[in-house]
Amino acid sequence: MTQMTGAKMVVQALRDQGVEVIFGYPGGAVLPIYDEIFQQNDIQHILVRHEQGAVHMAEGYARSTGKPGVVLVTSGPGATNAVTGITDALMDSIPLVVLTGQVPTFMVGNDAFQEADTVGITRPCTKHNWLVKETDKLSETIHQAFHVATSGRPGPVLIDIPKDVQFATGTYQSARQAGKGHYSPRVKGDLEMITHLVEALETAERPIFYTGGGVINSGDAATQLLRELVDATGFPVTSTLMGLGAYPASGKNWLGMLGMHGLYEANLAMHDCDLMINIGARFDDRITGRVADFSPNSRKAHVDIDPSSINKTIRVDFPIVGDVAHVLEDMLRIWKSRGRKVNKEGLTRWWAQIAEWRKVDCLRYRNSDKIIKPQYALERLEALTKHRTDRYICTEVGQHQMWAAQFLGFEAPNRWMTSGGLGTMGYGLPASIGVQIAHPEALVINVAGEGSWLMNMQEMGTAVQYRAPVKQFILNNERLGMVRQWQSLLHGNRYSHSWSEALPDFVKLAEAFGCKGIKCEDPADLDDAIQEMLAYDGPVIFDCLVEKHENCYPMIPSGEPHNKMLLGDDTGEDAIKAGGAVLV
Amino acid sequence: MAAALNIQKGTSKLSAYDLRDPNADIEERHTLAVIVDNEPGVLARVIGLFSGRGYNIDSLTVAEVDHTGHTSRITIVTTGTPAVIEQIKAQLGRIVPVHEVHDLTVEGPSVERELALFKVKSSGEKRVEALRLADIFRANVVDSTLESFVFEITGTPQKVDAFGELMRPLGLIEMARTGVAALSRGT
Repeated sequence: MTQMTGAKMVVQALRDQGVEVIFGYPGGAVLPIYDEIFQQNDIQHILVRHEQGAVHMAEGYARSTGKPGVVLVTSGPGATNAVTGITDALMDSIPLVVLTGQVPTFMVGNDAFQEADTVGITRPCTKHNWLVKETDKLSETIHQAFHVATSGRPGPVLIDIPKDVQFATGTYQSARQAGKGHYSPRVKGDLEMITHLVEALETAERPIFYTGGGVINSGDAATQLLRELVDATGFPVTSTLMGLGAYPASGKNWLGMLGMHGLYEANLAMHDCDLMINIGARFDDRITGRVADFSPNSRKAHVDIDPSSINKTIRVDFPIVGDVAHVLEDMLRIWKSRGRKVNKEGLTRWWAQIAEWRKVDCLRYRNSDKIIKPQYALERLEALTKHRTDRYICTEVGQHQMWAAQFLGFEAPNRWMTSGGLGTMGYGLPASIGVQIAHPEALVINVAGEGSWLMNMQEMGTAVQYRAPVKQFILNNERLGMVRQWQSLLHGNRYSHSWSEALPDFVKLAEAFGCKGIKCEDPADLDDAIQEMLAYDGPVIFDCLVEKHENCYPMIPSGEPHNKMLLGDDTGEDAIKAGGAVLV
Repeated sequence: MAAALNIQKGTSKLSAYDLRDPNADIEERHTLAVIVDNEPGVLARVIGLFSGRGYNIDSLTVAEVDHTGHTSRITIVTTGTPAVIEQIKAQLGRIVPVHEVHDLTVEGPSVERELALFKVKSSGEKRVEALRLADIFRANVVDSTLESFVFEITGTPQKVDAFGELMRPLGLIEMARTGVAALSRGT
């Protein structure tokens, strides 16, 4: 049994767990741990500029690698600043281990300097959290935390470590000695239910696969099995925002993203299908629209590792609790053993119907040779970067995020980092740094809006310090575009506080941070400017001045079903009914 | 299809099949037994789940039941539609320190008991009547002064309610209830 201080245990446990990078910010209550970090070289520490940035970086790291992200922050404000990022990770099922310092155990509850009830504050926004009061329990707790964060439905966990526990000496337990506790979510789906689903697959006339972030969280095997199943059955496939890349955008069965700003053909196929196979998605309200009218004539299957996701908003006929890869493996095996049957005639008619919907060409927009349209900027970015297999895209939150999801194609999983569930403005810049730290040679682009980007712009300092050559591609409309769009559609064009009168000069800002700034406002210059950004060996802030009043279409207004989409031609002010105005 | 099931609520309690329509919007009362690790914050997690997701708590009791295994038993009485009750159980089940979730209302017959203390202050005929009713309800007198009694009563929540209603006009001034403890019958 090895004796060591709590602070040393933290570093040793991280090493045992294979952690290579942590994102953090020092402070009084974590100084012993920082002292240990100083005296070793196995684990790289990335010094952020704000604790929220640390958590988003860890999220970007985790999403792009499939490994848990690790954060180290101090007590009180360090912990409270991390809360937004932790909540973001919970909503999007991202595995994180957050270590927070705490005031010494004998001062807990005394309103000490920089004390906050961290486990109390983070209880609803973590998958689980711990306050460690004894050094002897510390290493065991850290090992269990990694187990909880990464097994079942992944999520953020937090360990609060009082300063006296860091100083005191105790017995270190290795990951093997610590065990995993009783937490072991079920991964194998019910074979009888899977067989029923396969029977339904064989006869369905209008089937659709509706996939989500769970496929990506399940790992590479799940992606491979999904591709095999989709291609072998010939069924159309659509995906949520979180699941982009699991099935390749160039694949012949790909319908594009679904949901509020999803593609016309994807949403109508969801509405009119007779068999919906939800794999690792959760019937989010951005997907379902009006629940009562959601896909009224279909039988529905739902594969999810979290039993509480099943029948939460949409009743399903084939509930399957299990890990996506395990369930898909069984599904494929059973389907093959039963003779690989599909309803060929039905499928032919179904694809003919989908081809009709595709003719609507729902992403069309009116281009301009005077001003850069945001859609055009993304089309050019796509054209000039899609050959790069090492391209990683992050986004902030808003119109640009939806346009990026519509206009950029993802061929592989873990290449797309966006805040889906929580919709956190300020996510993209730090996330892009986390991705770049994990993949130093890759092309990492953050597609941003100027409003979101300013929320965590301090992290450019981190990018410069660690020479992370992230490309900040800002679609600058000098507006909070999505807010403006909603005000336009349902608040009588009263643009209450949705524009900024004092934006910084982004090129000068880049110079102030010690990186490169590029400004582009003429469509004719755009390609050269993007090439300049790509060629530059270092972080770039790209200020792309775009059309200020462009709306993002297609759009399912809140409170409407899938077959009531607004397309680019619908610009009526009362396009959204009063009932929809109260929904977000 | 679930919508095709239109079975009267309550007909299925003793059936071998669960025939209740999950889409029915009739609220049901369920008693849940939740076995948890006895660790700091576990009760806060359970209560936070109920308040955060807008579920009802009619009664909640908790105590350590296995000292060697450090597990506690939380008994929760809640009301909700069948779909909400299913969600409550699934949400409880994914709390990391939760080992088991039992729905005693659907898992077969069960017994429920609650203990309550009633302080009754009165004199003359009312005082005599309170004592007489206590005897009928098999309540014990656990404290007595010349002008007051404290009664201890054990029984189902309905029995405790009934006793409380009878004591009210007889000088009830204070009461304390433990909340429901419940176990399934048989083995």
